[in-house]
Amino acid sequence: MRTSILAMGVSCLGLAAAADTPVLTVLTYDSFISEWGPGPAVEKAFEATCACDLQFVGAGDGAALLARVQLEGAGGDADIVLGLDTNLTAQATATGLFAAHGQAAVTGLPVAYDDPMFLPYDWGWFAFVYDKTKLATPPASFRELADSDVKIVIQDPRSSTPGLGLLMWVKAIYGDQAAQIWADLADNIVTVTPGWSEAYGLFLAGEADMALSYTTSPAYHLIAESDDTKAAALFAEGHYMQVEVAGKLKDSDVPALADAFLGFMVSEGFQSVIATTNWMYPAVMPAAGLPDGFDRFRPEKSWLLTAPEALTGRAGALAEWQNALSR
Amino acid sequence: MAKRPVALGAAAIAGGLAVFVLAPLIAVAGRAEGFSLGPSDIAAVRFTLMQAALSALVSVLLAVPVARALARRRFAGRGILITLMGAPFLLPVIVAVLGLLAVFGRAGVVNDGLALIGLPPVSIYGLHGVVLAHVFLNLPLAVRMLLQGWQAIPAERFLLAQALGFGPREVFRHMEIPLLRAVMPGAAVVIFVICLSSFAVALTLGGGPGATTVELAIYQAVRFDFDLGRAAVLAGIQFALCGVVTGVAWMLVQPAGFGAGMDRGTGPVGPGGWRIWGDAFWIGAATLFLLVPLTAIVLRGVPGLWDLPHSVWVAAGRSVTVAVISTLLTVPAALCLALGVARAGRGAGALDGAAILPLATSGLVLGTGLFLIVQPFVPPARLALPVTVMVNAALSLPFVYRLLLPEARGLEADYGRLAASLGLHGVARLRLLVLPRLARPLGFGAGLAAALSMGDLGVIALFAGSEGATLPLVVQRLMGAYRMEAAAGAALLLVTLSFALFGALDLWGRRHAAA
Repeated sequence: MRTSILAMGVSCLGLAAAADTPVLTVLTYDSFISEWGPGPAVEKAFEATCACDLQFVGAGDGAALLARVQLEGAGGDADIVLGLDTNLTAQATATGLFAAHGQAAVTGLPVAYDDPMFLPYDWGWFAFVYDKTKLATPPASFRELADSDVKIVIQDPRSSTPGLGLLMWVKAIYGDQAAQIWADLADNIVTVTPGWSEAYGLFLAGEADMALSYTTSPAYHLIAESDDTKAAALFAEGHYMQVEVAGKLKDSDVPALADAFLGFMVSEGFQSVIATTNWMYPAVMPAAGLPDGFDRFRPEKSWLLTAPEALTGRAGALAEWQNALSR
Repeated sequence: MAKRPVALGAAAIAGGLAVFVLAPLIAVAGRAEGFSLGPSDIAAVRFTLMQAALSALVSVLLAVPVARALARRRFAGRGILITLMGAPFLLPVIVAVLGLLAVFGRAGVVNDGLALIGLPPVSIYGLHGVVLAHVFLNLPLAVRMLLQGWQAIPAERFLLAQALGFGPREVFRHMEIPLLRAVMPGAAVVIFVICLSSFAVALTLGGGPGATTVELAIYQAVRFDFDLGRAAVLAGIQFALCGVVTGVAWMLVQPAGFGAGMDRGTGPVGPGGWRIWGDAFWIGAATLFLLVPLTAIVLRGVPGLWDLPHSVWVAAGRSVTVAVISTLLTVPAALCLALGVARAGRGAGALDGAAILPLATSGLVLGTGLFLIVQPFVPPARLALPVTVMVNAALSLPFVYRLLLPEARGLEADYGRLAASLGLHGVARLRLLVLPRLARPLGFGAGLAAALSMGDLGVIALFAGSEGATLPLVVQRLMGAYRMEAAAGAALLLVTLSFALFGALDLWGRRHAAA
C-alpha cells in the first residue's frame, strides 16, 4: 500500500524534473556539502564559469560513498564521485563504473601520486591529536604509545575511513608485526567509535588523552577558535596519508561538463577554499599559500600504500585488528 | 457490523507495514551475488542476543519497583517527574552517550568522586557499559508501560482490597502478579527488539570489535565488503530473532482480568512503615540515574545555544513538521491495529507480529532497500523528506501500538458487550467509548511517536541532499565540521523540541483521562 503511494509520488516528481540548464551531479560525503564544508563556495565558483547547475548529493560519510556508487550502478544520476580515499580506489576501479580523468597529475602531494581514474583534490596525514595542557610528553611512535598508559580513542575501520587509514598505517610500518602492535595497543584503546566525529567528540569531552584525527586538526582550533592547546603527536616512524580523490563516472550524460569540473577542482577557485573548510592540505598550492597553523606539524616521513596493496592487504589486516582487540 | 471496518483496517495496516519493512530487504537480497556468513558474524549474533536480553531484563526488573512506587505514592511534582523521566528515551544516541560519559566516563562525576576518596576509577567500557546505556535509554519506557498497567486497574479493586484487609503481600499476589503478567512481557519484548538493532551505543561503549552487533556486521557487509547477500542474511536473522521473541511473549501474556470500574476512588494505597522509605529510595534512585546525565547534556548544550547558525532553526522547523505529520499517520494506524488485535480471535498473533517488525529493521538495510526501490524512478535526494516521514511513522508505530494494546484488550473485555448491546458502533463508539477510555495511552503514545520522529536519522543519510536537512542531520554535520559546541547546542534544541512535543501530547492524554 505504502509503496504504491511512494511510486505515485515518484512519478509526479519525475515529471516536474525537466530542466533547461545542464545539471552536473556530484556525489560526495555529507560534511563536504554542509554549510561549513567546501560545498557552498565550490558551487558558487564553478557555477560562475560553467553555465550549468552544480548539484551535490550527500551519501553519508566517506566510507558509505563507494557502497553508494555500487548501489547506483550504471543507472545512477551522478556524474562525479568526490571523496573516495586511496584505500578504496582499487575497489572503485574494479567496479568498471569510472572513466579516465585525463588531467595532468597534481603536484602538491609529498608523495608521487598518479592514477588514471582518480584525481586528488586534498590530502592530510593521520595523527593522534592531544591537548598540550593535559599531556606534556606525547608518545613518539606506536611502540612508545603501546608501552605507555596514554589512552586513545580510535575509529572502526569497518565503518570509517580514518579507522581504515589507521589499520593501513600500522600495517605499512610493521608488516608482519602489526598483530603484535595491536595486541600491545589494546589496553591503550578506551573505545572504538563508528566514525570520526564521535571519536573526536569523546576526546574533546576528556574521555581519552588522544584521538585519531589529522595533523591539521590543531589548525582548526587555532584558526576558528583561537585555541592553541591542541597538538598532533609526531611519530618518528612516519605518518600514513589520506589522499582524497574524485573520479568521473563512465555513464555520465554530461561528460564534457564533468571534465570541466575536474579541471576546476585542481584550480584556484576550488583549491583556495579547501584548507579552512575541509581542514586538509590542498592538492595544488593556492596562490595565497597555506593559512597559519598548517605548517606546525609536518611529519618527516609519509606512508601511502598503493591502491592494489591497500585492497589486497586489508582483509588480513582487519582480521588481525579484530582478533587483537576482541580479546 | 462495527467489527468489519476495524478488522479490515487492521489487516491492511499490518500488511502495509510488513510490505514496507520487508520489501527493502527483498530489494537488497535481489542485488546479492551470493548468500553466506563469515565466522565473525556468528559472534556478532551471539553478542547481540546477550546484550539485548540483559538490557531488556535489567530494564524491566528495575522498572517494577519504580513503577510500583510511582503508582502508589502521591507527592508534589509527581506528574512532572513522570513526564521528565521519559526524556532519555528521546535522546539521539550520541547525545545520550556523551551525557552518560559525563557521569560514568573516565572524566565523569563518578570517577572524580572515587578519586576524591582514594578509590581506583571504574571503566564504563564493556558489556556492562552497553547494558547501562540501554537501561538508561529504555528504563523510562519500561516504567511508563508498567505504570499504565497499574493505572488500568479500576480504583474500586483497590478499595475492595482495602476492605478485605489485604496487606502488601496479598496485593502483590492477587493484583500485582496478574498485572505484571499482562504488561511485563510486552515491555520486555519492545526493549529487547530495540536493543537488537543497537549499533552506535554498543560499539562506542562496548570498547572495541568484541562488541560487534549484527547491525555493525551489516555495516561491514555493505560498506566494507559490498556484500549485499550477507547484509540481507544478517537482516533476516534480525527479523527472525524478533519473531521468535515476540511469539514467546505473545504466549506468556495473560489479560489481567480486573474488569471494569466506575473510576471512583483514589487508586492504589501505599502501605506504611519501612515500605515508604523503600518506595522513596526507588523513586530517588531512578530520578538520579535518569536526570543527572540529562542535566549534563543541558549544561553541555547551553553555551552553544546562543549563536546557533540560522540553518539550525530552519532544520528545526523542518523536523517538527516531519514529526507532526508522521504522528498523524502513526497514531490512527496504531489505534486501529490495537483494536483489531484486541477483537480478533484467530490471526491476531500475525497482526501482532507485523506490528513489531519495524523495530527489528536494520536501519541500513531499510535505507539501502528503499534507495534501490526508489532510484530507478527519481533521484533519491528529492524524496528525502517524504521517506523520512514514512520511515519515522513506521518505526514509531510499534511503540504506540504496544502502549495501546493492553488497554484496548481491557476495553474489549469490559465494555465490548455493553457497547454492542447498546448498538454503539462506528464513529459514536470511537468518540464515546474508545477515545475517552484510551486517552492516557493515546496521549503518551502520540507524544512518543512525535518525539521519536524528531530523532531518527540512520535511514535518511542515504537520501540526504545539500538542502532539506533535518535537525539530527545538522547536529551530525556540525560535529563533522569540528563544531562540537554548536553541535551540543543544536542537540539540546533537538531534545527540548522533542520533549516539548512529547510533554504536550502526554499531558493532553492525562488531562482527558482524568476528566
